[in-house]
Amino acid sequence: MINYSIALRTLVNKEVFRFIRIWPQTLLPPAITTALYFLIFGKLIGSRLGTVHGASYMDYIVPGVILMSVISHAYANVVSSFFSSKFQHNIEELLVAPVPNWVILFGYVSGGIIRGLLVGVVVALISMVFADIAVHNMLVTVTIAIMTATLFALAGFINAVLAESFDDISIIPNFVLTPLSYLGGVFYSVDMLPGVWQTISMGNPILYMINAFRYGLIGVSDVDIQLAFAMTGGFIAVLTLISLFLLYKGIGIKN
Amino acid sequence: MNALSIRNLKKTYNNGFVALKGINLDVEEGDFFALLGPNGAGKSTAIGIISSLVNQSSGSVSIFGHDLMTDRSRAKSCLGLVPQEVNFNQFETVKNIVFNQAGYYGLPRKLALQRTELCLKQMDLWDKRNTVSRRLSGGMKRRVMIARAMVHDPKLLILDEPTAGVDIEIRRSMWQMMQAVNQQGTTIILTTHYLEEAESLCRNIAIIDQGQIVENTDMAGLLARLHIDHFVLDLAEPLAQAPVIDGYQIELISDKVLNVAVPKELGLNQLFSHLSALHITVSSLKNKSNRLEQLFMDLIDAKPVGTE
Repeated sequence: MINYSIALRTLVNKEVFRFIRIWPQTLLPPAITTALYFLIFGKLIGSRLGTVHGASYMDYIVPGVILMSVISHAYANVVSSFFSSKFQHNIEELLVAPVPNWVILFGYVSGGIIRGLLVGVVVALISMVFADIAVHNMLVTVTIAIMTATLFALAGFINAVLAESFDDISIIPNFVLTPLSYLGGVFYSVDMLPGVWQTISMGNPILYMINAFRYGLIGVSDVDIQLAFAMTGGFIAVLTLISLFLLYKGIGIKN
Repeated sequence: MNALSIRNLKKTYNNGFVALKGINLDVEEGDFFALLGPNGAGKSTAIGIISSLVNQSSGSVSIFGHDLMTDRSRAKSCLGLVPQEVNFNQFETVKNIVFNQAGYYGLPRKLALQRTELCLKQMDLWDKRNTVSRRLSGGMKRRVMIARAMVHDPKLLILDEPTAGVDIEIRRSMWQMMQAVNQQGTTIILTTHYLEEAESLCRNIAIIDQGQIVENTDMAGLLARLHIDHFVLDLAEPLAQAPVIDGYQIELISDKVLNVAVPKELGLNQLFSHLSALHITVSSLKNKSNRLEQLFMDLIDAKPVGTE
């Protein structure tokens, strides 16, 4: 009987070593970018804005900036790694071998989750230079971070499977992910928006994840936490099924 | 037991192109089997289906008795593939490429390391184990793919044009390697455009054309069906015109070179007797073309074998 756990461990190790090997491209940039966010928005501009829901502006934006980094890096890791494997055809190493589809999916997604969370930790450590945050609810914080990383790693996987060129893997991050993240309440509370924009913002799933994470860190949220968990879990289930279906049919992978 | 058994295998691509029209093929365990055909004949599609890189439209494939659709993992475990094009991560080291593949086949770490070392040494790549693969020469890259395909000790090894584009020295060493692997009990299926390679290495052969198997027999039997051999004779003295000898077709290529079609029932001895009687001295001779190549062209052109 074939030991699938060895195949899974091999794939996860390969994925983790890949982004660690190129740490100046994967781990260093978010550290610099977020340090600038904290310095400019939090320290320089934020000091003139007062408080948001009782928290200083710097404390208020820290959770959103951390989770935004988790989202973008979980997504970027899987989409670039899997598409590169398609592009160089070394995905065939997995297709030829007795590796079940769920191992392929779990292996790549695990790489994305680990990078997303590692970047989140790096950004959190940098935030400690600028803010003094005592974690309000560790369970909520860790759980929603893992779930968010999982969700966007899955989304990156689907993007990579369907992509036919390098342009295709940059469209979603640039034109969907980044706008939704910035409009997901990273730098503001939805209460600050005019009426119609509040309603529109409530249709942005990233808003729920950021607010759940913000609740975990500083105890402040614009949305119902349970709804945020349910929504994130629901998206994970749907994207997992779509990913497995794509692998089963060989769409974008097999001729 | 058959190493490979294919039944009524069909493949129609999404654009409507019918690549395989229902092929049947058996490859016996331990065989060194040639799968030949012109470009676009369906070889790569067939190999793609066998190695799970292409979805079949209908039919069945079993590898050492394990059906590829219903017993996929066991079927895949028996198979190693050396593809036509380089398909490993060009930014990975040689050792990691082979070691990771062992992991995908479920080999525990200690065994995977042992097998990786063994295969890289067999391919004379151990000194290059820590080299990033994009820095290797073309021949070395092909050997990496062979080492990767053999790391889990497959019972069936498919080599899809393994010697394409490599120099003659490397090609010869790869032939020796393939023969050694086959002698150790591994069944080998080889596709190649170098027909001399198939002729000298393989015991059985299938020729595929336009999605159908047009010939499937043993190599010796196929070659025996050639009724005429073609030879080029280098002469010691120049001739003004080609000699006329009953039963032989003789053509003067240049004043000291003859092209002779020799029917098997007459043979070379008679030819030399006639030439000696005509005071023509032959200094050397060689086959005009590879025998299998001649048969191959006959089959692809759908002409009766051995007739011209």
